[in-house]
Amino acid sequence: MAELKPTRDGFGEGLLELGRTNPNVVALSGDLEDSARAVWFKKEFPNRFFSVGIAEQDMIGTAAGLALGGKIPFACSFSQFVTGKGLEQMRLAVCYQKLNVKIAGSHGGLSVGADGATAEALEELTVLRSLPNMAVVVPCDALEAKRAAIASASYPGPVYLRLGRAPTPIVTKPSDAFVIGQALTMRGGDDVSFIACGVMVLHALQAAEQLAKEGVEARVINLHTIKPIDRAAIIAAARETGAIVTAEEHTVVGGLGGAVAEVVVQEHPVPMRFVGVLDRFGTSGDPAELLKAFHLMPEDLVKAAKDVLRLKQPL
Amino acid sequence: MPSSPNLAELRRTARELRKTILQTIAKAGSGHPGGSLSMVELLVGLYWYKLRHDPKRPDWPERDLFLLSKGHGCPALYTVLASQGYFPKEELMTLRRYPTRLQGHPERGSVPGIEISAGSLGQGLSMANGLAMSDRLDGRRRRIFCLMGDGEIQEGQVWEAAMTAHHHKLDAVCAIIDANQLQQNGPVKDIQDIEPLPDKWRAFGWHAIEIDGHDIAQVVKAYDEAETVKGKPQVIVARTVKGKGVSFMELNPSWHGVAPKPEELERALKELDAVAV
Repeated sequence: MAELKPTRDGFGEGLLELGRTNPNVVALSGDLEDSARAVWFKKEFPNRFFSVGIAEQDMIGTAAGLALGGKIPFACSFSQFVTGKGLEQMRLAVCYQKLNVKIAGSHGGLSVGADGATAEALEELTVLRSLPNMAVVVPCDALEAKRAAIASASYPGPVYLRLGRAPTPIVTKPSDAFVIGQALTMRGGDDVSFIACGVMVLHALQAAEQLAKEGVEARVINLHTIKPIDRAAIIAAARETGAIVTAEEHTVVGGLGGAVAEVVVQEHPVPMRFVGVLDRFGTSGDPAELLKAFHLMPEDLVKAAKDVLRLKQPL
Repeated sequence: MPSSPNLAELRRTARELRKTILQTIAKAGSGHPGGSLSMVELLVGLYWYKLRHDPKRPDWPERDLFLLSKGHGCPALYTVLASQGYFPKEELMTLRRYPTRLQGHPERGSVPGIEISAGSLGQGLSMANGLAMSDRLDGRRRRIFCLMGDGEIQEGQVWEAAMTAHHHKLDAVCAIIDANQLQQNGPVKDIQDIEPLPDKWRAFGWHAIEIDGHDIAQVVKAYDEAETVKGKPQVIVARTVKGKGVSFMELNPSWHGVAPKPEELERALKELDAVAV
């Protein structure tokens, strides 16, 4: 079994490295720097870490001010709290002003686990990708999260990084390229495409292995950047495989699946299925148990792939 | 920045600004005259006295910053900036009409001198704090002023920011409250009472100065006093009159967001000209 590590840890390592290499990088948190792994940066760079109390609106506004001053602030919190409470500040102070603010949200998705529904961000990708100028990134493992943190600092403008709490296997390789806005093809195949982000990339890879045993070759695309979306990779998947299953630890209302569908229906319509949370709130439980209960497991992706394969037109 | 300001000159400037503000809003056919007129002396005291700035170098890194958080008061700021030479005065007459650089609420950088976008209330003070933190890291010493409305500070974010400025001892930050007594649907005390303002801010760790915000001598004195305070942020609670200078607009909530018609504009301009300064 591969090494298990949460994406928030990868982010924390990336932020620390940024602290050592870029004096303009600063960080803020509202009493969640431990959870969001910004605490490692805080320990090494106390003067460049700003505690703003449990006040997400002010944190985003303060980050905007730091960016106006020429800094590259990382505002770190739980995904749900920072994106929910800080939304209006992200819209006006960050996105409208095109400021270089990075928002890191840990505890994205159901795999928060025992804390339950209120802490499980399941809608924020939909909301944030609707904001002009906002980049939305969901790393699939700790290695990618570290590279996403580092890449976001040199990406001009606002970036949201969604991170997870649960330890998950490393599925990317050190040799893989990571560029914000460029999807990563993790597995070749021409029968059907899985387009996934976050922990669902792992499940897509596992689903592809199962399908391969049945003679179906699935392409697996790691769409770590939901916005700006890699249209070319999606169009190629539609054209070359003729059927698409999207997978996300997030609501199916307008998230990664919606973003992919917006491209597919306009450029090259093919049958699609969305694997995700079906317009409901999360709940408490063991992360693995929740992913099963909410039908986000490899077998759910296999089933969805078989559905689209039945609908697929002969190429 | 003159060492001793010519108060009569500043009063005349305020009167001319009021006239132009009303003309621009009348031309636009919509806008917020009440809250623009109430903040005129507060802006005059900054742009003609306290603020270290240079209209020819709007990006000068050492300039003091003025952040307008009550974005709906932008006709006053646009008029001040044009009068100072940040952009051509003729452009004021494009207010709110497409295509214009002068939106109904200000957009950062649309014209030189607009430091932040505003229009969703309660956001300016957090940005002021962030700028002060950034300046501190850079060893840059400059003042950061943030003007808010009294209705605006009902926004919870303002009090979050008030706690942040106190906690981080951001003495570069000077908040100004244009306490003009009214908000969109009536008197502030009826919509949601926010008093006692100076005591509230003091309890949050701020140095509070309460003044008559239309007395230019008190305004410049308050700016001077605020600058001497070390280790804590300052707030100037400026008691003002919404619609100041025009009898039929003063303290009349219906003039929050309505433009004067041509005959009303004419009456208003006459009244302003008739007052001795």
